[in-house]
Amino acid sequence: MLRAVTNRLVILIPYFWLLFFFLLPFLIVLRIALSDLEYGQPPYAPQFSFSDGWEVISEKLSRLDFENFAFLAGDKLYINSYLSSLYIAFVSTILTLLIGFPLAYGMARAPENLRPILLMMVILPFWTSFLIRVYAWIGILKREGLLNQFLLWLGVIDAPLEILSTNKAVFIGIVYSYLPFMVLPIYSTLEKMDESLVEAARDLGCTRIAAFWKVTARLAVPGVLAGCLLVFIPAVGEFVIPDLLGGSGTLMIGKTLWIEFFNNSDWTVASAIAMILLIVLVVPIVWFQNAQARATEAGR
Amino acid sequence: MSGRWSWFNITSVVFGFAFLYLPIVLLVIYSFNESRLVTVWAGFSTKWYGELFRNESILDAAWVTVRVAFISASVATVLGTLAAVSLVRFTRFRGRTLFTGMVYAPLVMPEVITGLSLLLLFVAIDFARGFWTVTLAHITFSLCFVAVVVQSRLVSFDKSLEEAAQDLGCPPFQAFMKVTLPVIFPAVISGWMLAFTLSLDDLVIASFTSGPGATTLPMKIYSQVRLGVTPEINAVCTILIGIVTTGVIIAALLNKRRAMQDDRV
Repeated sequence: MLRAVTNRLVILIPYFWLLFFFLLPFLIVLRIALSDLEYGQPPYAPQFSFSDGWEVISEKLSRLDFENFAFLAGDKLYINSYLSSLYIAFVSTILTLLIGFPLAYGMARAPENLRPILLMMVILPFWTSFLIRVYAWIGILKREGLLNQFLLWLGVIDAPLEILSTNKAVFIGIVYSYLPFMVLPIYSTLEKMDESLVEAARDLGCTRIAAFWKVTARLAVPGVLAGCLLVFIPAVGEFVIPDLLGGSGTLMIGKTLWIEFFNNSDWTVASAIAMILLIVLVVPIVWFQNAQARATEAGR
Repeated sequence: MSGRWSWFNITSVVFGFAFLYLPIVLLVIYSFNESRLVTVWAGFSTKWYGELFRNESILDAAWVTVRVAFISASVATVLGTLAAVSLVRFTRFRGRTLFTGMVYAPLVMPEVITGLSLLLLFVAIDFARGFWTVTLAHITFSLCFVAVVVQSRLVSFDKSLEEAAQDLGCPPFQAFMKVTLPVIFPAVISGWMLAFTLSLDDLVIASFTSGPGATTLPMKIYSQVRLGVTPEINAVCTILIGIVTTGVIIAALLNKRRAMQDDRV
């Protein structure tokens, strides 16, 4: 009896915490996204209340005008923000993979006594503040910054490059900040890989490169997928990087949401943006969760 | 995986780490710059650190941040460990799919969404925004990270040890505390540290959920960074990097010593 009660509490305490602080807030965002903007505090007029009962709510829902969503669809700024976020996140994910895979591969092939140190060196920047790491790039990339000074000194360029306040800086910022998320899952799949499979392929006449593509790359797919999702999903909604490194031309949806909320105090449009962002990301998020759950089951 | 560590491998590792560390190293170096111009070197000086300790608004923000991080990490560690135990030990209960989803989703959820939704919750229940709302928000997102860290250790734990304790008459709760918890304890500690640094770092969620009188250090840094790069900010960042690096290295050494002791047994 006591045992059953303890067991139930173990589940129920975190369960209710997440229901209240994670799921319920989404329902509230949805409700506000469907509300009308009002000048006041809080600045919205709900169209229905959760205490109305289901019939009243569904009746009211059928009369909703979705004006915030219509507003988003009607204004090019929002559609372009979504598209440009997806584009920036996609390009950054590919770039992160191009830098992250060789790093993870090199780490997995390093002498065994060196690997824990290399692993810790990848994790360490992840523990250091995100904001600090983005900030560090401002001093490097700006017009009179360290990168331009260095390149001018080398004589590679005659005039300083304009990198800060462009999309290039945003790519660099995302690749830099999310690199550990790409390296760690790839490293853990490569590290477990059986090297004799590659040797077998070589014995059977594969060239070194063919053996890499046919064996190593194939076996690394789960790690690569997990890494790409871990980079892509948060990058789509990124705010700090486009705000600090990007320019006025850098459209990203996280930044647009922030501006609607903090600068324009338009809570209803901000909520509608969040709702659509969530819908855009729901497929990759569910994909990521399934991969996580499968990995856990496999480890059991 | 083993095999030959080729020149290609060595080069990619060296370049990768140079990319990861160079910006941080430059930031630290320039915090000791005499000149106010951050990108022009004018000699070694620690004067910006002195300025920092006379800047009360930064010190206040730091104190708020440390308290939020300490409380939220401690609560999140308890809740996250419970969540991990639920996920690993109870494979069948009503609503498990929803629960799994709620544990994993915050890991990848864009921060602007989490921040906005939590703020709207606090407004809806009319909870005054400030220190406690930031703390509650931080507990919520970091408990999921703790759950994942502890879960990965718990999965490989041999459950028969705990069952043996129960067979010998130990009540389940005590069996957990005396047998399982000591084994997963390193993971619980790393979970706490992760939660602590996540809270220390967070700008977006704190900006949404904070209220008057509860400005955290990242919020303070952000508002200054928007005005331009300054050596004081470099100095704050250097101190934070120093604290985190020391913490991570100590934790790694403790883990290593523990692993060596385990090997000897």
